[in-house]
Parts: sequence; structure tokens; C-alpha cells
Amino acid sequence: MDFATLFQAFSDMTFVSFCQHMVNGISLGSLYALIAIGYTMVYGILLMINFAHADIVMMACYFAFFGIRIFQIPWFVTLIGVIVATAVLGVVIERCAYRPLRDAPKNSVLISAIGASFLLENFANYVFGGRPLRFPKISLLAQNISIGDVRTQFICLCIPVVLVVCLMVLLHIINHTKTGMAMRAVSKDYEIARVMGVDIDKIISITFVIGSSLAAIGAFMWGVRYPGITPYLGVMPGLKCFIAAVVGGIGNIKGAVIGGFILGLGEVLIVAFFPALSGYRDAFAFMVLSIILFYKPTGLLGEKTTEKV
Amino acid sequence: MDKKKNIIFTTVALIVLFGAACAAQFGLDAYLRRVANLCMIYAIIGLSLQIVNGFCGQFSLGQAGFMAIGAYVVGVFTVPVELREKVFYAVPMNPLIADIQMPVWLALIVGGLLAALVAFLIGFPVLRLHGDYLAIATLGFSEIIRIVITNAQSFTNGALGIKDIPPLNDARYIFVVCAITYIFVTALINSSYGRAFKAIREDEIAAEAMGIDLFKHKCMAFMFSAFFAGVGGGLYGALLGTVDPKNFLFTLTYNFVLIIVLGGMGSITGSMLGAILVTGGLEFLRVFDEPLEVFGMAIPLFRPGFRMVIFSILLMVCVLFWRKGIMGTEEFTWEKFKKFVKNPVGYWKGDEHHG
Repeated sequence: MDFATLFQAFSDMTFVSFCQHMVNGISLGSLYALIAIGYTMVYGILLMINFAHADIVMMACYFAFFGIRIFQIPWFVTLIGVIVATAVLGVVIERCAYRPLRDAPKNSVLISAIGASFLLENFANYVFGGRPLRFPKISLLAQNISIGDVRTQFICLCIPVVLVVCLMVLLHIINHTKTGMAMRAVSKDYEIARVMGVDIDKIISITFVIGSSLAAIGAFMWGVRYPGITPYLGVMPGLKCFIAAVVGGIGNIKGAVIGGFILGLGEVLIVAFFPALSGYRDAFAFMVLSIILFYKPTGLLGEKTTEKV
Repeated sequence: MDKKKNIIFTTVALIVLFGAACAAQFGLDAYLRRVANLCMIYAIIGLSLQIVNGFCGQFSLGQAGFMAIGAYVVGVFTVPVELREKVFYAVPMNPLIADIQMPVWLALIVGGLLAALVAFLIGFPVLRLHGDYLAIATLGFSEIIRIVITNAQSFTNGALGIKDIPPLNDARYIFVVCAITYIFVTALINSSYGRAFKAIREDEIAAEAMGIDLFKHKCMAFMFSAFFAGVGGGLYGALLGTVDPKNFLFTLTYNFVLIIVLGGMGSITGSMLGAILVTGGLEFLRVFDEPLEVFGMAIPLFRPGFRMVIFSILLMVCVLFWRKGIMGTEEFTWEKFKKFVKNPVGYWKGDEHHG
């Protein structure tokens, strides 16, 4: 690969195609951000990677598929149903796989999370089959629109708006309600929060409800945007979203959003500017991760922690 | 029992097992021999994961990537030169390596060394991390290795994979490698390095205060682990006769995580047992993938994919209810074996009493 071909795309890039890539990047980044919030919230409170989060996204896609395609429910009703079902799934996973290990060594919890993710994937593979299913077409969201010369789907414009709305609601819950205060307390100091009368189990369940609901919304829009659904659909985006959460500073919701945008935009723009590197698209996130962890191990917005003996 | 007797017993046991491997080579049918070989290969890789996860306490999930390196070295260098044009039909092989051919043993060692070198390079940024961060970072690098292999088409034939690797379905060969790995890892763990690894596992800060160079020891554990994963991966590629980037998805690592969890984190003999149970179990569970008819009635549960569901449920049950695994951090010793043979019932009772 010589440098001439590497930089070819630079000279070919016009303003319109740049805008086109920006639109794609922002919508992808917003999707990453929505899913990354789930990772960062669970990590903030339980100090564990919820590996199953990626598969919660996948299951939400299947729920939506079944609601719209099989049961013929209108899509906005289905969306609500999907959110409820996914939240229930998230809480069930927490009850069965994480709660019994609350006081276990961290590695056990990590293995349990991997196991839960593995189980969901295999379950989906068994029940729904490995063949990709097509996410039902929602004509309102999937219609093509053009602004000037930039052509895109309507959903690409909806995604950032939905993200902003979700983020505002979430920040309100966290900063201005009693539950949010309890969540902040638990993530600051688990033991003290318990001593001060916070119902830990309830707060953790609420965290899973919020994270899974956001994942469900993200999954629904993911399905509209990228319609092939398979049992392993969540794996790669899930990893990238976790990386987004780490890059932004884990435990920090705004950080997760920033991380999501960095990864989403970066991934799209790198392929746009250097088409020769398109095979390395999935490696980009991991490169960003190792660079960030090397220079700022707590992430962009993460608090500095000191290890206590 | 003194040390000398122990060594004699172990040597005798190894010779008996080698005899068993010879018998397997000639007595078993091809399918069972393949399962036995896979057991031994999984034992090697399980041991390699055990070094860094079980003994050093650093949760690495990069085994699939290191296996891929070993497997590809075997794949690239053992395919006979005259067959290469046929294998690399899309993009011709890079002239740098097109004429190099190695015997399998050399390719295994080169693969292991290359994996260790990559581990060294990865270790610099990664080993400063702890716990989950380390897990996700190693997992990420294992994916990067796979992506690089997929894209370096003139070296690795990319997504097409390499076929026509001279197959190595020889139980004796794989047994010898497995035995060497076992002896080496046992010696490593019982050396001062091994004790340093365990100290790091128990408490990093205390270990550092005692003068153990954390980074050096972690890096060493990581490199040894990568070396044996590379060797195991090479054997895996040679056993299959074909390598393909899709074989080395990071979900492959989960098999080895199950092996060491089932066998007991921090037990060498435990992970051997774990490897046999997991590999044998996965093969045995194949009946669940086939349609089953009882009295002419098809049971609807039995269809492809059911095996993996059961496998993952077993993994969860293990983690949730049987966290110590078969051996915990204990090892198999001849004394225990003797006690057990003399009084099997009393042994278990006494065992429970003590711990």
C-alpha cells in the first residue's frame, strides 16, 4: 500500500461528501453513546463490565422484529413493548447472574458476565436461528430525505435528537431526584451508602432498568438503520460501546456520550478519508482505547483514583 | 513421601500415559482420536491461560489472538512450497516468505516465540491496567491480531484461510508437547518466579512492597502464556489442517476460561482435568444437536444449537454455585492419591472437615 493511494481520497473529498460522512458518523456515534451509557452506569455502581449488555441490545432487536413482523403491532406501540421487555430482561440477568456474586471476587463476577453473554447468544442462536432476519421496514423512519445534496434516511436525523432527549431525562433523574441521589451515593461508596439506608438492591435494579431501556431505544434505531439482525449482532458494537465508555471515563455519563461520538465519527471518517484502511475499521476503536489508556488511564472525564491499601 | 519417590511416580505415570497415547494412535478410530488430540491441545492452552489468570491473577482474554499467531505460523510455513500457488490463488504469497518451508516442530516454536514477542509489545500498554480493563484490552488486542491477519493477505491469504496444511493427527506427538508444557509450567510455578506470580495474585501492593518487580513478572507471565497459547494454536491449526481467521474469534477464549474455572483457578492438574471434561463434554453434548426420536415421536428441543445452550448454562451453574471448581487452588499429589485409594470415603469426609 503506497502513500499515493492512501491519500487519494483526500483530494476526492468534496464538501458535500464530507457532510454526508458527518451525518453518518453522528448517527453512528449517537447510537454508540446510547448503548455506552448502559455500560458506564452499571460499571459506576457495580464496578463490573456488563458483558451481557451487548446481547441485551441484540435481544431488543429480536423483540422488535417479533412485535412488528409476527404480531403486526404498530411500531410505536412495539417500541414501548420492547423497552419494557428489555428492561425486564436486564433486571432478570442482574438477579440471576450478578446478585448471587455480590460479595465474590471480581474475577468470578467477570466470568459470570461473560457466561451470561454467551448464554444469551447461544439461546438466540438456538431459538431464532443463525440466519440473519430482516428488521421490519418502518416507512416513516426509513424514508430517504435530502438536504441540499446530502442524502440520508430520516432515522439518521432522529437518532441524535432522541439521544439528546434521553440524555436530558437521564441527567434530570440523576441530578435532581432522590433515586438519582441514591445512585450517585452508591457509585461513590457502596458500603457507606448502605449504612446510610440506601436500598442497594433496588438501586442496582433501577440502574439496570435505565441502562436496558436506553439499550432498547438504541437497538430499535440500530435495527432501522442497519436492518440485518443476527444472534451476534451485539458483539462488536457492544465492545466498541464499552470502549467508548472507557475512553470517556467510565462511570461518567457525559464521558460515555463523548466517547461514543469519538468512536462513531472516527470510525466513519477514517474509512472516508483512507478507503485503503477500511479493513481495519473495527480495529480503530481498540487503537483509540490503548492510546487513551496509555496516556490517561481513567479516561477523558474520569476522576483520578488512588489505590488504598 | 519424599521428593525422589514423587518424581519416580510422575515419570512412571507419564510413561504409562504415553503408552496410552500410542494405543490411542493405533487403537482408536479417527473420530475418538481427534477428540483425544483436541483434549490435549485444549489442556495446553488451558495451562497457558492458567499461568496469567490463575497464578498471576491478571485476567487476560487474549488467548484466541495468540493461538491465531501460532496457527498461522504453522499454516504459512508448513504448507509445501509447490502447493502454495494453489492455496494463495487470490493474492500470490509475498516473495519474502514464499520459499521458506519448516518442519512442524520448528514452526510450532517459531509460532510460540512470535506470539510471545507480540505479547511483549502488547504488554507495555496493557499490563498497567487491572481487572476488567485488562480483560477488555487483551480481548481488544486479540481482535486486532485477527483483523491484521485478515488484512495481511499476501502473508496469510486473508479471509480465505490457508488450506492443505499437512495434517498432524498424531496423538503421540501432541502428547509429548502437552507433557513438556505440563512439566515446564509445574517447574515455573514452583520456582521463585512462580511464587512471585502468586504473591502478585494475592496482593499487588504487598508484593511490590516485598520487592517484586510487578511489571517484569506480569510481562513474563503474559509472555509465557502467549508462548504456550501460540504452540497450542499451532497444534490446533495442524490438527484441523486448515486455518481461517473466523476460527479465532474471541469467543474461542471462553472455552479456555471455562476450562480453568471448572478445573479450579490456580491448579495445573485441575486445568488438565477441566480440559478433558470440557472438550469431552462438548463432544458428548453433540447428541443434543441431532434430532431425537423416542417411540417414534420427535422431541422438539433437540435441534442444532441446543448443545451450546446447555454448555453455557453449565458454565453459569459452575460460576454461580461451584466457584472453586474441581481442584480449587490445590494440586493432585501422590500422597492424596494414596490416601484416597486407601480410604475413599474417609478421604472426602476428611477433606470436607479441613476445608
